[in-house]
Amino acid sequence: MVTTIKYREFKNKLFKVIIILLTTVCTLPLLLVLYKIFREGISAINWDFFVNLPKPVGETGGGIVNALIGSVLLILVASVISIPLGVFTGIYLSEYRNTKLSYFTLLSVDVLTGVPSIVIGIIIYLWVVKTMGGFSAISGSIALSVMMLPSIIKSTEETLKLIPNTLKEASLSLGVPYYRTILKVILPAGITGILSGIILSIARVAGETAPLLFTAFGNPFINTNILKPISSLPAIIFNYAISPYEDWHKLAWGASFVLIIIVLFLNIITKIAQRKWKVQF
Amino acid sequence: MPITTDQQIKGINFSEFAFRKILFISAISIVILLFCFFLTLVASSLPSINTIGIKFIYGVTWDPVSDKFGGFPFLAGTLFTSLLALIIAIPFSLSVALFLGEYFRTGLISAIFKNIVELLAAIPSVIYGFWGLFVLVPLIRSLETKIGVAPYGVGILTSSIILSIMIVPYAVSLTVQVITLVPADLKEAAYSLGATRLEVIRNIILPYTRSGIFAGILLALGRALGETMAVTMLIGNSHIVPVSIFSPGNTMASVIANEFTEATGKIYLSALIEMGLFLFLVTTIINIIGRSVIKRFSIS
Repeated sequence: MVTTIKYREFKNKLFKVIIILLTTVCTLPLLLVLYKIFREGISAINWDFFVNLPKPVGETGGGIVNALIGSVLLILVASVISIPLGVFTGIYLSEYRNTKLSYFTLLSVDVLTGVPSIVIGIIIYLWVVKTMGGFSAISGSIALSVMMLPSIIKSTEETLKLIPNTLKEASLSLGVPYYRTILKVILPAGITGILSGIILSIARVAGETAPLLFTAFGNPFINTNILKPISSLPAIIFNYAISPYEDWHKLAWGASFVLIIIVLFLNIITKIAQRKWKVQF
Repeated sequence: MPITTDQQIKGINFSEFAFRKILFISAISIVILLFCFFLTLVASSLPSINTIGIKFIYGVTWDPVSDKFGGFPFLAGTLFTSLLALIIAIPFSLSVALFLGEYFRTGLISAIFKNIVELLAAIPSVIYGFWGLFVLVPLIRSLETKIGVAPYGVGILTSSIILSIMIVPYAVSLTVQVITLVPADLKEAAYSLGATRLEVIRNIILPYTRSGIFAGILLALGRALGETMAVTMLIGNSHIVPVSIFSPGNTMASVIANEFTEATGKIYLSALIEMGLFLFLVTTIINIIGRSVIKRFSIS
């Protein structure tokens, strides 16, 4: 069979057009989702929305203050648990690269990334909720902290790997103890990389719903006691979205808008930080 | 000039020792954590494994009231939605990966599309579900009325479309990674022989990256299998074996999400946990295989 050059070039061009076309189609969902959320969300938002509790069915208005406080509290407690553990594990992985333990830890981190969030919810239910005898904010935070760990560990490890050995050797040769070298020289040198990993992990868990379903559960009132059930933005979106009431849908659109803004904002900060204060030597 | 006393040296030695121990304990705790996950899931599914046994896999009736726990409808629903989502997602993710990894590697256009795809991954699952419920479901419903099947709106197809949107960014980021690793001299050699770009892609890039692309798709499948919220909101939650792409169904993750807090009875709860164990095992195996292929790829 003879294929002429013209035919081959035609195929070549056609393929490129198809690639560009399919890639463009791929961006549509983002635009469509953002458009819908912004259009429906902005009309639901006003001052009352941020300071009021949700109203019962039939009454218009109402807000999501309980979910906002709940989400902030859940994420704060989750960060307190996961940041030290994640950063220390990351340091271990970058300091001891060829030990058996670092191999298994890396493998575990990879596996942990893939564990479905609902399964983490089940485990924390069995560990914490069942032991404590009821749903609680702390169990929700523990579930979220498990989900934050992989990305904190990975970003710490990958950032610290970039920092040249000479920096460490210089510090050690001046007589600085090893732990101070790590904490005062190596860690500050890579702090932007680690911080962006932490912010990204927060952005990821801010929208997590599945692990909260049977841990933090939900709460129609403001709660700041970590031993009691607590509401959260994603939980309120889920519960109101599947409800049959128009007023509640409106609240859910508003809550989605707030959540999307937070998530996009955190993602954009990380992008700018990564570009501006790139860890490089 | 400060003089370091023996006391201080002792203190430093202790801190040094404690610091190294803390690092070690942190690292080992991750491994232990994962191991305990597995043990907990196995221990809690034992009642169900013992009483239901193998029937859990092929039994088609799920009726907690009469203690019948056949998981086949959910197994079928999970595989059906995930595979359909993969079929939809593969052409798109390959295109985007070639777009970012071959056609437009640098520059403004590349940066814009790269960021869009990354933001696609940032949108929470529950928001995809909510959007799907109010935008996609009416669309599918009108399509179903047009072709004359029962217009549920929710169902396998709706969930698969949303799932495919959610896994594209994931597959893309892994695939771009391997496509950019193709050695330039291989491609240049082909160009110098007069190959067009399409021929280079078909004869050099795709064969060279085959295993990497396979791993990317495998990992995307792992993500699709365990995806919960969006699917729960869109699949229709009916305990039947799905027979067509328009029929409602249920996946393992969504049945756990729906019934876990209401599960009364030891076997009922245990059966739901057994599904969690299954998801855990499958995603673990997929991740270990996928990551090791990609790792081997980036080293070679």
